[in-house]
Amino acid sequence: MANLLELKNVSKVYSRGLLSRVSTTALNNVSLTLDSQQPTVMTVAGESGSGKTTLAMLLLGFIAPTSGQILYKGQDIHTLRGEDRMMFRREVQAVFQDPFAVFNPFYTVDHLLSVPIQRFKLAKSKSEARDKMVEALTAVGLRPGDVLGRFPHQLSGGQRQRINVARALMLRPKLLVADEPVSMVDASLRANILETLGRLQKDYGVSIIYITHDLTTAYHVAKSIVVLYRGSVMEAGDVDTVIKSPQHPYTRLLIESIPWPDINRRWGKTEIKTKERKLGGYSLTGDEENVLQAMIKAKEMELGDNSVGCRFSARCPFVMDKCSQDPPLFQLNDHQAASCYLHEGNSVIAPERLSELLPV
Amino acid sequence: MSSPKTMKDSVVLQVKNLQVSYYTDAGRARALDGVDLTLSAGEKLGLVGESGSGKSTMALAMMRMIKPPGRIEGGEVIVDGVDLITISDEEMLKARLSKIAYIPQGAMNSLNPVIRIGAQMMDAIKAHQDQSTSDWVSSAEMEKRCKQALESVDLKSNVFKMYAHELSGGMKQRVCIAISILLRPKVIIADEPTSALDVVTQRQVMETIDRVQDQIGAAVILIGHDMGLMAQFVDKVAVMYAGRLMELSNVREMFTDPKHPYAQALIRSLPNLENKGVFNGIPGMAPALLQLPGGCAFHPRCPRVMEICKKQRPEPTTLPGGRIVECYLYPATA
Repeated sequence: MANLLELKNVSKVYSRGLLSRVSTTALNNVSLTLDSQQPTVMTVAGESGSGKTTLAMLLLGFIAPTSGQILYKGQDIHTLRGEDRMMFRREVQAVFQDPFAVFNPFYTVDHLLSVPIQRFKLAKSKSEARDKMVEALTAVGLRPGDVLGRFPHQLSGGQRQRINVARALMLRPKLLVADEPVSMVDASLRANILETLGRLQKDYGVSIIYITHDLTTAYHVAKSIVVLYRGSVMEAGDVDTVIKSPQHPYTRLLIESIPWPDINRRWGKTEIKTKERKLGGYSLTGDEENVLQAMIKAKEMELGDNSVGCRFSARCPFVMDKCSQDPPLFQLNDHQAASCYLHEGNSVIAPERLSELLPV
Repeated sequence: MSSPKTMKDSVVLQVKNLQVSYYTDAGRARALDGVDLTLSAGEKLGLVGESGSGKSTMALAMMRMIKPPGRIEGGEVIVDGVDLITISDEEMLKARLSKIAYIPQGAMNSLNPVIRIGAQMMDAIKAHQDQSTSDWVSSAEMEKRCKQALESVDLKSNVFKMYAHELSGGMKQRVCIAISILLRPKVIIADEPTSALDVVTQRQVMETIDRVQDQIGAAVILIGHDMGLMAQFVDKVAVMYAGRLMELSNVREMFTDPKHPYAQALIRSLPNLENKGVFNGIPGMAPALLQLPGGCAFHPRCPRVMEICKKQRPEPTTLPGGRIVECYLYPATA
């Protein structure tokens, strides 16, 4: 089976300083594979600074990895030239976070949508170009009459974000990299955009990499999830399993911090804890809430680049001596792996083989 | 500090028939059209609505920070017995921070990058100093107070000597909270205080607000569109739509049994763990304030629209239990 996209042990290090080099590892040995036959939605989740956006930039070819390779249909995306490069540019599309910043305010929506049509010679005539625009806008749930001929400032954030999706869709992409597409959109419109993304995957066979810090929406759109923390994979697997029964302390912290729109699931209330026990979370010693608070507070204490050992060890309440060594990924079940010595009894899975656990 | 129990009952904020319009070339946009609100000490109210529903205008109007072409056209904002709309500009300067404080949306941008955090905090106290009265505070005392405020938001006191760029987003937001509680205001308005922060930091900031509010017994208005955050944090939820309050309910009732069709759609649109992959967006678009539909502003999107909704705007009705709903489905009972 051919791979649509393959990340092979990709790392990205940002360095600064002229005399004393200070380097920050934004992404540390990440390997992922997307199959070209089975379009899927994969979530990459993590808090700010976890390397999510670096990953998006790498996938889109905006920056080059420090080590490792990114292959698109078997070819390194940084060696693509000429027609291959155009094909890559056409088949890999992006939707960015801020729908207010990505449009040129001087051009109407028609113009914005006609640029890719001209660039990639998608239409032979003006009327054909228009048909394509109408089709794409309709596919994302916009009425073409409402938006064509308008300027970006006349549209709401949700409409603009859907135009972004429509623009990407016109090019018939194989892969859509969506970097926090709903974080700046009203909660009531999020549902519409996520639904649009979900439909794209089903109807048009587009694989989507959904990058977010919002695990609630991730749960709803994605099939698989990769949780990053400071550039390293903490936990990965089937989205249902990971969110309902997180096994890495960091994933637990993320999930505990979600403000669930559920009155019976308030932060730090007993309901959460009982629910979790039922879900089979591992047992904690002492007061769970205190442990959690310790993890939240410890955020400021982590300083510098602990480039060896578990990245989360500075905040982890379960830290052990061996955490100063990089923990490998332990396979917990068919569709879940965690990079944590708490799960040492399980078999180790090589990072390159992580994708085999992810359902499509 | 008096006991929180007795303070709960005292009303600290009353907003009556507040009206704000923006005058644009295309006409008058009624951003707030007669909003009433009452809040007691220690209470936490969530103000939710789509963009353009008037949430932020409401906050700015209460702070009297509406700028032209906007204008406060009527109504009262009574904090601690004083109507903020009628007092002079100088009095309003004093009232900000000491009676009513505002935590803005982008904390990253609200701190001065070239002045130390401590100096900015001291400024706040100095601006409210009145040399003629006896409660004049020395610099040393001021510094002590600022450091206490920083500690109460879980920051180390050496943040006092730092600059904004040395702090993370969550820390900056907590500095803003520390500034807002310096003068122990009666009302704190937090306008999407965590919208730029990730979930873990968000939780930390919200828990900080919760704790300092308890300490000083202030009422808090949390503005936002994240219903999840509301469920976690507030006591009461007010749903705004096109410049009016559609429903005001206790948080539990709002989430379990919303009354107004708009509130119902809003609650239905929320993702949860049970209905994976089901998205219930609210059909239609938020109305443009310049061309509000006649009658109830929500009627073009309402699944239960009736003839009367198109003609005449419903008035707020108080249901048993003190919930306020503005909809013809709930006729006023005599």
